[in-house]
Formats: sequence, C-alpha cells, structure tokens
Amino acid sequence: MSFTGGTVAASAAALRDGGVSPQELLTEARAQVERVDAEVGAVLTPTWELAERQAADAQRRLREDPGAASPLCGVPVALKDVLCLEGVACTAGSRILEGFHPPYTGTAVQRLLDAGAVVIGKTNCDEFAMGSSTENSAYRPVRNPWDRSRVPGGSSGGSAAAVAAGMVPYSLGTDTGGSIRQPAALCGVVGFKPTYGRVSRYGLIAFASSLDQIGPFAHTVEDCALVYSAIAGHDPRDSTSSPTAVEDPMEALRAGIAGMRLGVPHEYFGEGLEPGVRLAVEEALRVLEGMGATLDEVSLPSTGAALSTYYIIAPAECSSNLARYDGIRFGMRKEHDALLQMYLDTRGSGFGAEVKRRIMLGTYALSSGYYDAYYRKAQKVRTVIAEEFAAAFERVDALVCATSPTVAFPLAAREDPLSMYLCDVLTLPVNLAGLPGVSLPCGMADGLPVGLQVIAPRFQDARALRVAHAYEQATGWHRTRSPLVAAAAA
Amino acid sequence: MPLTPEDIAHVAMLARLGLSDEERSRYGAQLDAVLEHMTRLNDVDTSPVGETAQVGELVNVWREDISQPSLSVERALANAPAREGDFFRVGAIQE
Repeated sequence: MSFTGGTVAASAAALRDGGVSPQELLTEARAQVERVDAEVGAVLTPTWELAERQAADAQRRLREDPGAASPLCGVPVALKDVLCLEGVACTAGSRILEGFHPPYTGTAVQRLLDAGAVVIGKTNCDEFAMGSSTENSAYRPVRNPWDRSRVPGGSSGGSAAAVAAGMVPYSLGTDTGGSIRQPAALCGVVGFKPTYGRVSRYGLIAFASSLDQIGPFAHTVEDCALVYSAIAGHDPRDSTSSPTAVEDPMEALRAGIAGMRLGVPHEYFGEGLEPGVRLAVEEALRVLEGMGATLDEVSLPSTGAALSTYYIIAPAECSSNLARYDGIRFGMRKEHDALLQMYLDTRGSGFGAEVKRRIMLGTYALSSGYYDAYYRKAQKVRTVIAEEFAAAFERVDALVCATSPTVAFPLAAREDPLSMYLCDVLTLPVNLAGLPGVSLPCGMADGLPVGLQVIAPRFQDARALRVAHAYEQATGWHRTRSPLVAAAAA
Repeated sequence: MPLTPEDIAHVAMLARLGLSDEERSRYGAQLDAVLEHMTRLNDVDTSPVGETAQVGELVNVWREDISQPSLSVERALANAPAREGDFFRVGAIQE
C-alpha cells in the first residue's frame, strides 16, 4: 500500500496496526521528493539524516506505548523555511540569511518534535514571506504540482506544493495576509490560519508581528485540526500568545452544520473574481445550504480599503523587523572598513527587490511628515475593518467566500507589484482582524483547483474547521490529487 | 504627489539600503503607483474610532523576574560573520 498522497490520519492508523513503520513512511516521502522535486522546487534544505534519527525514535515510542503516542508520531512533515529548527540552515528564502543556522528551535516546531514528528526538510518560500507566488524566493521559484508552468501561490508555496505533490502528508506554513490560505487554494489542499495569538510565534522569523500566524497544510480538514491541536496553546516566550484554553477541534468536527447561520459577504463577490472561481464557490454555497445551514448576505463595507491598510501596516512592521539584518551578528556581511557602508552594501545586496520595496514603503509610511496620513490612518481603518467583522458575526456564525479571486496563474504573469498584491484581497482582511480562516478545495476551474474560504470569529477556530469539515465530507473534493501523486501510484 | 529622487534617496538611507541608480528610479515609480492606491484609505470615515496596533487583546503581559538559562556566548557567536574573542567584530563606527 502506498502512502504517497495519503493523509496524516491514515498514516497514524497504519503506524498502529503494523501496516507501515516510520522508516517506511520516510522512505516513501524521500522517494517522492527525489522523483518530483527537481521540477517542483518545494524543498530548499532536505534533512534526511535528522529524519532517519527521528523515525527510529518514533518507532521506539510507537512500539513502547502506541496509545500514548501523538497521531503525528512517525509521520513526515516539511517546515516553511522561516521556522527555526536548531542547527538546520534557515534562509527565509533570502540571500541575507545564507549560511545561518539557528541556535534554537521555535515553539511550534518544538511541539511537533515533542509529538514525534519526522522532519524531512525546510520548504521554499517568498523571501521573508513577502509575496503571493513564491517567485520572490532568492533561490528558485516553486512550480504548481497541477501545472508546472504556473505558480503555487505564496508565500508558503513550497509547503503547499510539498503536500499537493505527495511529498509529505502535512506541512507548516505562515500566514500574514493569506500566505497559507492562498497557496492552499491554488494547490488544491487544505490550509488553516488560526486566530492571531493561538500559535506561538517564538522562533518564527518575523515579517509583520501583529499579523503573522503559523498554521498547517494537509489534504483534509481533520488532518489540519490534528496538527493545530499539537501546535496551539499558550507560550510564555511569545507575549502575544493567548493564555485562554484551546478548544478541542476534533470534538467540533463531528457536530455538523445543520442550523448554522453562514454569512456571504457580498463585497467578496466583486468583479475581480474569475468566472470559474465564482461558479465553484456559488455551487459550494448551495451545498452548504443543502446541509441545513442558512445563508445570509452580509456587508463588510470597508473591504475596498483593506488592501491599502494591509500594505501600509505590513511593510511598516517589516521595515522595523528587518532592521536586524545588519551583517553584524548572523547572516551575510559585505565587508567594509566603515560601518555605515557595510550596512548599505550588506542590505542592498542581501535583500531581493520585493523586500527592498516593502522596507522602503514601510519606512516612508513611518517617516516624519507621513506617519499620520499613512500609518496612523491605516491603523484606524484596521479598527473599522475589525468592527465590521464583529458586527457581521453578531448575525452569522461564520463567513464563506472564495479564498483567491483567481486560480493559479502562469509564472512571470504579475511583474507589477500592485497586481501581485491583489492576489490577497480576499484573505488579508482576516489577518487585519486576527480571525481564524480555512481554505479548502471546492472544485476545479480550467483544470485548476479552486479554494473555498471559511472565516470565524476570534478564538472560534474549531467552528471554522467544523464548517470546512462538513463541506469536505459532503463533497469529496479533498480526495482529488495532483497529477504528480497519481503518477507515483501508477 | 509623486516621490522625488531626493525622497527615494532619503528613505533608502533611513532604511540603510544601498541602492543603484536604476533601483532608485524603478522603486520610485513602483512606490508611486502603490501610494496612489493608498488614497483609498481616505474613503473610510475613521473619525469615531481609535487606532488598532494589535488585535491580541492582551495588555501588559507580566512575568516574574527570574533568571533562566539563555544562549551561551559560544552559541550566540556561532553565526557571527566576524568575531574577536567573545565579541562581534565590526568596522569603524567613526571615520
């Protein structure tokens, strides 16, 4: 039996009934990486030796006490290359971090290690998670497993493609404005961005600290819930991590959606939506209605200003966060006798174009004379956007809409920065308000996957997963696999 | 109001980014286009609301002042591009 393209749940069951060993799962994962990754480009740094040791350790844990072992024990995983794992090269997709080996492991990754995870490598991404196509990686672009002439989305394109291509059953990504949900939609997998504050950001290379959140990619909502359960929860090392108790999402998955009120935000169905995406999402709405949910049109009037708000706040925070890459303590240095010239040369040559643009934009928005017009104004619009979501959630339990206005687009199709920023127009308001959001497959348009987005109130992560799971189980889109998985099985 | 070449040079220096002439003119034009889009912020009436810096709802997170193990000097210096003894080595700060 092949586990390539399989789920975490299926691997966990087989690991317990003796159907497979962690070493065998690892061997299959490695075979698939070696077979397809030359043309996908998802894995930047493989960690096979580490994975072998972890697999042996997982085998021992499963043999000694299979009941106590986590469902993730012995299951392969890939980590976006912005997540620190002690001693393993971490680049954030940037030349400026070439050769950097983190001296510590981040909390979310540590929780996976504690659960017995087998880490097969670090995945490619847009430089410092800035982008929507993974073309901003300083190393190489990632290609979509459904069509290698197209992008996988971004910024967590490598993590999405690694799951879609059957290299691993799950992976971790990060989402600042849609960087988990949008690539999940474009690659035909499930991606989950938890509520801001649910998953510790300790050991995550910061892009925009008030928006960044770590979350999983997998083939099913249930798998995402399993991973979320493992990584969520308070961490004293991240002062923004919430001390409130994490609801058990597995319980909620079984509840169904009969009687639930689902909101359809009409601003999210504007003219930018591709006809094929609109068709698939509207069909999904009918399915949800058929399952006993009530659909209500709601309005989020300031949606049109969300993009501007995001592209002030995120670059402002990034310009501050990325000040640390100064060539002094770690990463690349362009040696020069004078310190100032060393800074200018190191940062000028170490950062790629998009990162430099955002640092410039953020620095400008925060600079004297422009702060009130841009940064302060954007922070106020952020308040309005969050209040509009809160008002909608007084009427409905969750919101449903498209994840991305388009399906996967060809490489080099969006060279103009603003056209690339528009990729995230349906996902970034969720980050501004700190809400949980899931993207899951809901059909195909022109042979490419379409994603349905479910948005819930803050800390109602389990409810977002519950709606997504009910839809998924009723339709079966989660069983479709990219051609690269089908070819492995043949 | 379009950004002048002086604006771009000023912002690049604030951010300590050494840019070529070609980069300065390209980023200048691109930032102009993005800032033009930002005028949509003014479509939203924000007179009744305050600013949101973070949505975490937590205020003043305290902990006991207890010393805990942290990175050793060796591990902290392990990634240094240049070191001298227990220090990071850098070029001259003053000419």
